[in-house]
Parts: sequence; structure tokens; C-alpha cells
Amino acid sequence: MTASQALANVVEWMPFILRGFGLNILMSVLAILIGTALGTFLGLGQLSRLRLVGAPSRLATQLFRNAPWLVLLFYCIFLMPYQVNIGGMSIVLPSWLRATIGFSFPVAANFSEIVRGAVNSVPHGQWEAAEALGYSRRATLFRIVLPQCISRMIPPWMNLYALLLTATPLSMIVGVEEALGRTQAAVQAQANSAMLIPMYLALLAMFFFYTWPINRLSRTLEGRFGTK
Amino acid sequence: MSFSPTSAPLISLRGVRKSFGHLEVLRGIDMDIRKGEVVAIIGPSGSGKSTILRTINGLTPINEGSIRVGDIEVSDPKLDKVKLRHRVGMVFQQYNLFPHRTVLQNVAMAPIQVLKERREQVEERARRLLAEMRLPDKADAYPGELSGGQQQRVAIARALCMEPEVILFDEVTAALDPEMVKEVLAAVRKVAEGGVTCILVTHEMGFAREAADHIYFTDRGVIVEHAAPQVFFTEASDPRTKEFLSKVL
Repeated sequence: MTASQALANVVEWMPFILRGFGLNILMSVLAILIGTALGTFLGLGQLSRLRLVGAPSRLATQLFRNAPWLVLLFYCIFLMPYQVNIGGMSIVLPSWLRATIGFSFPVAANFSEIVRGAVNSVPHGQWEAAEALGYSRRATLFRIVLPQCISRMIPPWMNLYALLLTATPLSMIVGVEEALGRTQAAVQAQANSAMLIPMYLALLAMFFFYTWPINRLSRTLEGRFGTK
Repeated sequence: MSFSPTSAPLISLRGVRKSFGHLEVLRGIDMDIRKGEVVAIIGPSGSGKSTILRTINGLTPINEGSIRVGDIEVSDPKLDKVKLRHRVGMVFQQYNLFPHRTVLQNVAMAPIQVLKERREQVEERARRLLAEMRLPDKADAYPGELSGGQQQRVAIARALCMEPEVILFDEVTAALDPEMVKEVLAAVRKVAEGGVTCILVTHEMGFAREAADHIYFTDRGVIVEHAAPQVFFTEASDPRTKEFLSKVL
């Protein structure tokens, strides 16, 4: 088989695999949204002086941050119901959606740490100055500290997103028809072992050209915000 | 020089004690400061000077004793903190301006957000204060664009904009290059001349001597000596004061 034949085969299967890649992107976007929202609460919870809020937030963060993503994924896939009944309506939860929720937990835990780290990186003098001007702790956090943190949180948040996207092919193991699964199916359908390397190379390129600009941008922003 | 022993003091500290862990930094402090006075607290490093200041506006809670500012009991657990901080402002060694806000916003934000005053009114006052601090054209700059001396003058304007009766100055020139010390001391003097009660922790002996009404000398958590500057700098009696003065003068 010549190189041009191999290329023609790759191009032929490309739309099939790209549709799978679309699912990878969809899962990653939803998981980063859910994870960021959840992680914001967990992160602020970790900073709370109330033990009743602080302790569970820290526990959840450590638990989900130190668990393998794949194990969390298995939990969500096998423990969540296939369909839920809300007010007589039954909504089917497809496996890709359950996988997305599974990815959200480690993302939330990692974002929780990003929030905590960013808040703690603001010098103590800022809190004191605000306190001396009559700001409460909560007002200081929301009006003075967090606005300074957001720019510091964006680069690590983007790195987290890139990491999440590269983790989404794990969902193939639990039967989600994403890019990796489809590539495997395409290779089998062609019944030609010579296509193995070009097909997976195309898949790698797909992930690389999506993730690489995100990491580049994150590094540029890091430089601009003057943080490491 | 508004020293009149008959008028009740604006601020009084009685038997104030404070420990950090096993370290007792204040071991019974008594002070009386009257309205409009300029008081300098001097002493060796680690003698508790800054801690005294920080207890007066409640930044550092005390273990024993009492602190009164006007009719406010600072150690009261039901203390109205906004009311106290409205009356007592503070300027820090490291300026502690908010870097994400412009100079004008730094000066005006607390009166607007904390005291709920009208924005136009506060901003007008803030601009006037910036002009008094000789920074009229810096309103829209960010703190990071200013020199240390300029930042410290913004911090003084920020404290003044709350319209306090008292301002605590915590080693406000200690982080500055020598050529900027002068401009900041001139600003402090202006505040004092405006009638605001000033309590300074400082290492600038020349300034303390010439601008203060009273000098308190602290060492190891107690007030060793308290006198008017002309007396303090020439007739100090305690050996610890003498030793300190021989080192710094």
C-alpha cells in the first residue's frame, strides 16, 4: 500500500472520526462548565472559617483530586441510573452524559485547589487594608481579593481544560462512541494492519491541534499576568 | 499643641495585654490621647509598637485590659466594626493599595461601599484629597505605576477619605527610599495640621521630635517613658531610653 493510498483511506474515514471528536469536545466543555461551577463553591468552601463548611470542602477536594479519573468514571457510569423520572417524565441519561458528570468531579476538585491557591497568593496586607477600611471578610473576598485572583486563575484553568480534553478518550472503555472508539472501529473495518499507524496518527493530530493552541495561549497569558 | 489635662481623652488604653502563643508582646499598656494630638511611639524592634497601633482599631484583638475610642469600647464582643473603622483610619508600611483599582477608586471605594455615601460626593472629596497630597494628575493611574512615596500618599488620602478622627501610621516611611521619606512626612504633617489625631509608630526621630506633642517609648511590651519631645530627647531618665537614644541619634 502506498502512502497516497493510506492518506486516501484516512481522509475517507475522517468525517466518521471527527463526529466522534465532536463528542469529546462536547463532553469536555460541559465537564469544565460543571466542574468550574462546583469547584468555585468547593474552593471558597475550603477558605471558610466555619468548620462545618471548611472541613467537608477540603475532604471532597482531596478525595476527588487524588482518585484516578477512570475510577470516578466507572462510579458514575455504573452507579448512576440509566434514566431518571422527574414528575412523570422519564429522561434517559446516555452514557456520554454520565461520563461527562464523571469527568466533572476531578475537574471540580482541581479547580477548587486553583481557587484556594489564587486566593492565598494575594498578600495578607490586602486583607488588613480592607479590614481597616471597614470591609467585612466576605466583602473583602468578593470586592478586593477575588477580582485580583481571576487573572491568576485563567492560565491554570486553561491547562486544566486541556488536561480534561486529553482524558475524555477514557470514556471509550465505558462504551462512549467518541474519537478513540471510532478510530478503533475504523481500523477494524478496514481489516488492514498497515492502516493502524496512519489512523492513530490522524487521531493524535486531531487532539494535538485542538489542545496545543490552548496551552500556548495559557502560557502567553501567564507571561502577561506576571504569574507563574 | 492642644494639651489640656481637663478634657477627657479621645483614646484611652488601660492595662492592655496581648500574647501571641507563649510570647507576651504587650504587658500592660496605659495610654491617654486627646483629640487633635500627635503622638509618636518609638522603641526598639519587637517592643510591641505596631501591636499597640493594631489593637486601637481592633485589627489585633487583646487578651486583657480595655481600649476606648470616644464612646466605642474596642474590646466589646458586640463591637460595631464599621463604626470603629469610620473613626479610626490606618496607613501601613507597605501601603497595601488595591492593585486592580485606580488611584481614585482606591481612595473613594470604602466610603461608597462601606459607609454607603453618595458616589459623586465621595469622588469630589477624593479628588480634593489627592490634590492636597500633591497627586492631582494621578487619579486614573494604577498603584503599580506610582513610586513608593506616591503610593503612600495615596494610602494617606484613602485613610482621610473615610473622614476619621484618628489615623494610625504604622512605620509609613520604613519601606521608602530616603528621597521619598520627606514628601510622605510632609503629607503626615499636613494631616496633623488638619486637626486629625495622629498616632505614629516611627523610626524618624527628627520628625517625632519636631512634629509630635507626646513621645511614648516602649521596650519589651511596656511603656518605659512618656514625655513631651523636648523633655524626652534631652532629659530621658530611664537607662533603656538612654541606651536607645544613644544608638539612634
